[in-house]
Amino acid sequence: MAIDIKEIIKPENIVYKKSSLLTDNVMHYCPGCTHGVVNRLVAEVIEEMGIQEETIGVTPVGCAVLLYNYIDIDWQEAAHGRAPALGTAIKRLRPDRYVFTYQGDGDLAAIGTAETIHACNRGEKIVMIFINNGIYGMTGGQMAPTTLEGMKTATSPFGRDASHDGLPIKITEIVATLPGTSYVTRQAAHTANSVRKLKKALKKAFLNQKEGKGTSFIEVVSTCSSGWKLNPVDSNKWMEDNMFPYFPLGDIKDE
Amino acid sequence: MAKVQGAIEVNEFTCKGCSLCVEACPTDVIRLAKEVNAKGYNFAYMFDPEACNGCSNCAMVCPDSCITVYRVKLAETA
Repeated sequence: MAIDIKEIIKPENIVYKKSSLLTDNVMHYCPGCTHGVVNRLVAEVIEEMGIQEETIGVTPVGCAVLLYNYIDIDWQEAAHGRAPALGTAIKRLRPDRYVFTYQGDGDLAAIGTAETIHACNRGEKIVMIFINNGIYGMTGGQMAPTTLEGMKTATSPFGRDASHDGLPIKITEIVATLPGTSYVTRQAAHTANSVRKLKKALKKAFLNQKEGKGTSFIEVVSTCSSGWKLNPVDSNKWMEDNMFPYFPLGDIKDE
Repeated sequence: MAKVQGAIEVNEFTCKGCSLCVEACPTDVIRLAKEVNAKGYNFAYMFDPEACNGCSNCAMVCPDSCITVYRVKLAETA
């Protein structure tokens, strides 16, 4: 039995709609970019917890630099890699606020490694969201510390050579060893199931902050279809085949 | 068992035609249009509306939040 589609498309039948925290600005990300999904999930988690007025985000330098245009909360823009330091300052001055940083791998794991490690080591009560796509996406696809061995980028046209450039850094495993972190997890956002898991992880991280636990660190293994020179669907497949064996998903620490 | 019927609404102005929703749909409802929107992207649309069960997998993976999902329970017809 068919039912007219106009009978279904009514406000009372909505099961999923865009979060009211997301602004009407069209995201500048490339088609299929994981950033869009994670931005949306952050907005949804903040909306569901009802903490729009109390949340302060810190944006990085990288593709997510314009994140403050998309989610309707308070924001500060950090210098390259310094988001955890800025997040520390905000949280210490305003302990009643929810503070999170949102960074890419070039920001968090390269120029900002010191800030990342020390903020986690001090156990700052902030949420750190780490988007790992193994490449410097915004600047044109150069090799990042997280670039996989043998992966071709603009600055490693013959593939990353471990004898010359070392192996990719697993910053998530590094911060998990520090006593200051309370929740360290690695997630992805390529299927509906993984998106739901990631949302649960984000919610848990914000709840940890509410309870005053240490740093919550969420890595999201992501794609960069422009940087990898693949279409969005193939990027997801490439990520499953190549990124997941080196960056396995799951909770690394949960205290 | 009550049947459910779903429907999606795609914002064709903000859709970038990444086709992640096409892959995510378990019932092959969505395809990319032959026409393009103002930005030159082949936006997604409901190709097979009757197959939609409103599972919202497409909206979950959409990076640009352009999908709204609706669902109704159909009365049992014996």
